[in-house]
Amino acid sequence: MATKLPKVPVVVVGMGWAGGIVSAELTKAGIPVVGLERGKDRKTSDYLMAHDELRYQHREELMQDLSKETITHRNNEKMRALPMRDYGTFIVGDGVGGAGSHWNGQTYRFLPYDFEIKSMTDEKYGHDKLGADYPIQDWGLTYDEMEPYYDTFEKMAGISGETVESYGKRSNPYPTGPMLKTPIMKMFEEATKNLGYTPYVLPSANLSEAYENPDGISRGACQYCAFCENFGCEYGAKADPAVTVIPIAKDTGQLDLRTHSNVTEILNDGTKATGVLYIDMITGEEFEQPAEVVVVTSYVFNNVRLLLNSGLGKPYDSKSNTGVIGKNYAYQVSSASSMMFFEDQEFNLYGGAGALGIEIPEYVGDNFDHADLKFIHGAGIRVTQYGNRPIANNVVPKGTPAWGAEFKNQSIKYSNSFFPVKSQGASMPYRYNYLDLDPTYKDAYGKPLLRMTYDYTEHDRELVKYISQKTHEIAEEIGADIIDTNDTQNDFNVNKDTNTHNTGGVIMGTDPETSAVNTYLQMWDAENVFVVGSSAFPHNSSFNPTGTLGALSYRASEGILRYLDEGGSLV
Amino acid sequence: MAEDAKSPAKKGSTRREFLRNSGLTVGGVVLGGALGSLLGGKEQVATHDVAPAPQLTVNPAEALQFFTPDQYRLTQAAAERIYPKDDNGPGAMELNAAIYIDHQLASPWGINSKEYMAAPFFEAEETQGSQIRILRKDLFLLGLKALDAYSQKQYDNPFIDLEPEQQDQVLTDFSDGKVPDISGVKSPLFFSLLRTLTIEGVYADPLYGGNKNMEGWAMRKYPGSRMAYVKEIQQDKFVELPPQGLNSHMGH
Repeated sequence: MATKLPKVPVVVVGMGWAGGIVSAELTKAGIPVVGLERGKDRKTSDYLMAHDELRYQHREELMQDLSKETITHRNNEKMRALPMRDYGTFIVGDGVGGAGSHWNGQTYRFLPYDFEIKSMTDEKYGHDKLGADYPIQDWGLTYDEMEPYYDTFEKMAGISGETVESYGKRSNPYPTGPMLKTPIMKMFEEATKNLGYTPYVLPSANLSEAYENPDGISRGACQYCAFCENFGCEYGAKADPAVTVIPIAKDTGQLDLRTHSNVTEILNDGTKATGVLYIDMITGEEFEQPAEVVVVTSYVFNNVRLLLNSGLGKPYDSKSNTGVIGKNYAYQVSSASSMMFFEDQEFNLYGGAGALGIEIPEYVGDNFDHADLKFIHGAGIRVTQYGNRPIANNVVPKGTPAWGAEFKNQSIKYSNSFFPVKSQGASMPYRYNYLDLDPTYKDAYGKPLLRMTYDYTEHDRELVKYISQKTHEIAEEIGADIIDTNDTQNDFNVNKDTNTHNTGGVIMGTDPETSAVNTYLQMWDAENVFVVGSSAFPHNSSFNPTGTLGALSYRASEGILRYLDEGGSLV
Repeated sequence: MAEDAKSPAKKGSTRREFLRNSGLTVGGVVLGGALGSLLGGKEQVATHDVAPAPQLTVNPAEALQFFTPDQYRLTQAAAERIYPKDDNGPGAMELNAAIYIDHQLASPWGINSKEYMAAPFFEAEETQGSQIRILRKDLFLLGLKALDAYSQKQYDNPFIDLEPEQQDQVLTDFSDGKVPDISGVKSPLFFSLLRTLTIEGVYADPLYGGNKNMEGWAMRKYPGSRMAYVKEIQQDKFVELPPQGLNSHMGH
């Protein structure tokens, strides 16, 4: 039997960026918050042994324990969904800081076009550009309305970058200047300029210089040590909820942070939540935490799963095309790339940072004409330098065997002499790509796992074909000795693709028939439940999602404070 | 006498023959070293009836937690073909990849402790990842057995006694799935486990038992784990730094 705890004003489920921001904003305003996090607590000194590729990257030290919970996947409705038993494609963060601890730190804003994608596509290309099975929709607020929240997030995290004229207008420059340019970035810069493009150093949460944020948090500059992606930053140079917003929330004395606390259900009467049920993962004890407001801030998958397992909101049904929870799941399309090998040049690729790179804006959003193309939106085309760790980077020219004498020789020969011109493409929602509950598989506590029905669409395959021509053209201009271009988008493989930019399932909008939350991320069907995260994105842009997730978290915080004051629907 | 067992002149006499000749059997079953010792007063015989011991090492972590000496030697031989010694430098055998593999299979990773292992298990489509009930440590040992069985079938000898080209052919057949399933598991899955572990064993931090003396890193001019590369990443010229292991961060 669950032990019933005293009622609190707000309970926050998950302490990553969304939970951290909401907790900081609410506690600063004097509201007591209980923060429940199923992983452990973290601080920078925990990472002094973090330059360990095996433990952190290949044994997923910072990731969720799949033995307790995973997702199931099928490419389409005809298949039987099977559990993702081991990590392959997604890595799902765990612990205080969440994905904000292991992320690379690439911190973009989405485009004005993203927020009004439906209206702008219809206006320019007519109503049938994509067809009825691609439910793109406007987000319910414009870029201009989002801008102040982006600004707040960027100041809090100290984002380093340079203004891009063809993107949405900024009220302020980036708080810190752009990251350093390495020789390979300069090669991309020169080649793309020759081709008439306007390259920019990509916006980074790795901190190009020492910075003190408006909350008074001081952090040192990035050392380009090459352990960002999958790792925690021992300097605190990488913006992480555990070094920015969560310490601020703790300092107020108003945050009651409970780690190893796994929420299994949002208790509710169908129209309002009364609290949450959680299990202490160390002792197995069960607790009921009553609350005035429940803020769901875990990863995309668990946000959706918690709602479905709690009977909150109307589940999406692809047959009747009704319901909203689980709808518009989107991913990203990153297969277009040109791998380049150099015979007589070695680069210092062992060094780098998670958000060290350079990109062109010409093929994102609607920055190019789609009239004759069978897709909308586009991709960021870029060169990055994360630091080539040796287990993960044994890249050899096409046709080289995957093991043995020739493999060893080639992989060593090119170990400091390769880099790709790669891309990250937007992902449009599709009627038959969605999330629901698995009928067979359960988590460690007996609750159904989340089932993902997802494959790349014809739209995605067209995008890859088109963008790969551009990556190839740039690689040729750079002038590598060998260029291996991939122009094909294969079927989605839960064990092979590598991108953790999952979005959707609890999407925002202005119509309760087609969205689950309003633009404050307040649930239409339960006014005291806020579901915060990239689960709110109606589609996924080509940019990394955290900037937008962070901005929406600030907007949601504002909404929660207003709700605590006034009650009722905020729109 | 131990030398005799290893000497080329005696290569024809198998271990089984040796044991039979030593007379150390109970009810027709050949007894191993430990039990031989327990029987008492036969210490000398007991030291003989184990296969030649792996070389004595100075690093205390260069010892086995999981493999039998036979399994260890077979793993060394197979890993060496994945990542052979060449002009670049040492192969998997000298880099202690098999020690690394031994330690990994003995760890929680060997029993899939962080994987979702709940039933039911169904055959998966290409796109759904592996759906195997068998634990990694068991799959690896079954794979080793299958390596020997297939080598015996193709070349009338255990894997370890084959010529390098024959060993490569055997591994190619495993990798291409031309080998009968291993307790229901397709042979490429075992091969992929072997390949992954070998690459990890030559390039993981030496704290895990492989990448001996960081020579795996040195071959590819990888500096290991250092705290800053601010200067190096700005240079056009390649800057070669001697590798450092995680132990260099101890005491910070």
